[in-house]
Amino acid sequence: MTTHTGEHHIISFGKLIAVWAALLFLTAVTILVTRFDLGGLKVICALTVACTKAGLVIAFFMHMKYEYRLLQILLIVALVTLAIFIGLTFFDVLYR
Amino acid sequence: MRSADQGQLVTERSFWTDTGRRGIGAWIFSTDHKRIGLLYFYSVLTFFLVGVILGLLIRIELVAPGRTIMDAQTYNAVFTVHGVVMIFLFIIPGIPGSFGNMVMPIQIGAPDVSFPRLNLFSWWLYAIGTVLVLTSLFTGGGAPDTGWTFYVPFSARTTTNVSLALFGVFILGFSSILTGLNFVTTIHRMRAVGMTWSRIPLFTWSLYATAWVQILATPILGITLVLVIAERMLGTGLFDAARGGDPIMFQHLFWIYSHPAVYIMILPAMGIISDIIPVFSRKPIFGYKMIAFSSLAIAAAGSLVWGHHMFTSGMSDTAVLVFSFLTFIVAIPSAIKVFNWVSTLYRGSITLDPPMLFALSFILLFSIGGLTGLILGAAATDVHVHDTHFVVGHFHYVMFGGTGFAFFAAMHYWLPKFYGRMYRKRPAVIAWALMFVGFNVLYFSMKVLGMRGMPRRYYDYLPEFARLNLVATVGSWILAVGLVIMLVNLFRGLFWGEPFDGNPWGGATLEWSTSTPPPTLNFTTAPVVTHGPYDFTTVAYDSHNGNANERPQP
Amino acid sequence: MTHAPHKDYAGAKLGMWLFLFTEILLFGGLFVLYAVYLARYPHEFSTGGHQLNVVLGGTNTFLLVTSSLFAAMSLTAIQQNKRQLTLRLIGGTILCAAGFMVIKYIEWTAKFHHGIFPGSEHILTGPPGESVFFSLYFLSTGIHGLHVLIGATLLGVVARRVCIGTITATDFVMLENSVLYWHLVDLVWIFIFPLYYLML
Repeated sequence: MTTHTGEHHIISFGKLIAVWAALLFLTAVTILVTRFDLGGLKVICALTVACTKAGLVIAFFMHMKYEYRLLQILLIVALVTLAIFIGLTFFDVLYR
Repeated sequence: MRSADQGQLVTERSFWTDTGRRGIGAWIFSTDHKRIGLLYFYSVLTFFLVGVILGLLIRIELVAPGRTIMDAQTYNAVFTVHGVVMIFLFIIPGIPGSFGNMVMPIQIGAPDVSFPRLNLFSWWLYAIGTVLVLTSLFTGGGAPDTGWTFYVPFSARTTTNVSLALFGVFILGFSSILTGLNFVTTIHRMRAVGMTWSRIPLFTWSLYATAWVQILATPILGITLVLVIAERMLGTGLFDAARGGDPIMFQHLFWIYSHPAVYIMILPAMGIISDIIPVFSRKPIFGYKMIAFSSLAIAAAGSLVWGHHMFTSGMSDTAVLVFSFLTFIVAIPSAIKVFNWVSTLYRGSITLDPPMLFALSFILLFSIGGLTGLILGAAATDVHVHDTHFVVGHFHYVMFGGTGFAFFAAMHYWLPKFYGRMYRKRPAVIAWALMFVGFNVLYFSMKVLGMRGMPRRYYDYLPEFARLNLVATVGSWILAVGLVIMLVNLFRGLFWGEPFDGNPWGGATLEWSTSTPPPTLNFTTAPVVTHGPYDFTTVAYDSHNGNANERPQP
Repeated sequence: MTHAPHKDYAGAKLGMWLFLFTEILLFGGLFVLYAVYLARYPHEFSTGGHQLNVVLGGTNTFLLVTSSLFAAMSLTAIQQNKRQLTLRLIGGTILCAAGFMVIKYIEWTAKFHHGIFPGSEHILTGPPGESVFFSLYFLSTGIHGLHVLIGATLLGVVARRVCIGTITATDFVMLENSVLYWHLVDLVWIFIFPLYYLML
């Protein structure tokens, strides 16, 4: 319980705006790419971009990059749990 | 609840007397974790008794074939309400809400939980959810008749008041989430100086694992219930096969929560047993780390096995195989616990006080329940006994013989600490014996009935099942008599019994080192922990008169 | 009941993150259904997805990302003790949220005009997969919209607290937690947008 001493990391406006620009750029990319008929590749593209955007929001807007290790691990636990719920369901759906 | 000034023995200020408000407001608006714990305790105990009465009614109806005391629709409503009340109003909030709230902060040497007001809010949500569920019984189209599992398509179509009950359960789930969130934060942030992770009492460890299940699984139930309500109100058709929906997806979502929820029910009970067994064996627990780890392992593995409720639902064969295999993995950490408890008993100096008797019967009953669970976990045998009374017997062994008996053990173990008065032990032992016998007569008969093919939830049955049904009903009466004796004796003791000081069982965890009843902020001086939770060399204990003192350190 | 004043900054934030986990899992349930039904009805989902307006969806994405930026900046501002700026940034966030809800309203009304809503004639007579698609669409965006409203209300309360001075440069955990909640709303939309508007 002594892992966090209460110091707060302040993220500068410049960095936040840079992240915002990156998010908008990625949005534009994903809209443009999905206008073409790429079939299954479209799903992969859209989800990769979405995951990257989510990663940016979590890391910078939500300060996760500067948080203590425990919180980062817990976030991964939660996401893995969700992935397992989806994954195991597909053992039924795909093979029915 | 006794009035605050009744405890004349309380020499120093305890949480009973130290209050800003008067009357009922001192309770329902209190943010003290001990008061909230007692609120929870009396709420869940009330609903436990409601559930017991409904259960007895079911058994009376089934005492003989054909109609006995109620018609078929009433019977459907009674077993539904029995399930909903027992699951959502008693057993899920039960141990974490009551004993978790009362004991856990003291066990880690904290003055309160991390978010005291959120804790109170959580109890209020419980109360609101309860009112909604109870309202649904008497309004609209009548009491829900779907069974506690709310399976579609029936739950989407029946004209009974399912929507309101679902909304009530949604609120109850929210309450459960807030308790879990509070406990995880408390255990991470509020531990006393020296309370390292390897010195946390195993009850607290089990609550930690439980809290994670509450946080990660309950939201799935929330969204599932919302979807069924939308199905009923808006006609979304997500689970309606005629419109492209898939009813089996409801079962997936429902059991993604409700199987882990089984571990919300049993893990805290295992924690209680892990705390009681070493105290009454006067021996440090065997395999502390493995028990703590196995709590987390059960929570993790328990989240992977929900499909074993759906072997006969029309799920794919691959999924049946995968889920059946994963189910067997849960047996490993459960067995680790059982073996460690038994190893703790080995060559211990055992005292058969009431808490210990309940704890010992937990081990036996849980083992029977767990092993019959493997019969259900194996896909081939499950097909034979699925939806029979065998299942009913199985989960009552685990839930009642397990969690219920652990709850009684905790009542006899911890409640005197909070009241400062002791109950009489002989009637408690007699009550325990009656309950133990009645329990086995009741639920073992069910298992045999199920093996012979009697389905669950049926109003009527074939004449060849009559004798065992009669036996089971008689068992339920023995159980009920034992329960009444137990409660009367316990509460007589707590309100008017012999006052005692400090540490009647010689426990070494922190809750026994503070004054009795504990003061409002639990400790007059912030505790510094220097030894493990089961290090009995620090406690001088005389088992004859139940006196224990802190042994002076050499 | 009087309690010793207890301010545990990291604890409060841990609690908020745990709550965000529950929100992620809540929407996770909807995403499970989406994935399953997409696997079953790829064709119908595609027809349904093409009926959604990418321009409106894209505008809403822009609004939410921008609102998220303002929210993140408001935290920086309060940490640097710039109260006026904090208030303006929170105001900007709420304004973006309002814009988002207006566009959502326009979108939904347009759908209703075309007779597309759960249980409508058009949906009931159409192919089964499309009914599933639109039910999921309305539920996901509806529940997300509810979160937008809750988040905006929360930020309104925070703004008031900044005004009266209970949230300051040294005690801003409530602002930080509300901002975290707002980012979650943004996060969910980051997935809803491609899933329903783009990739089908």
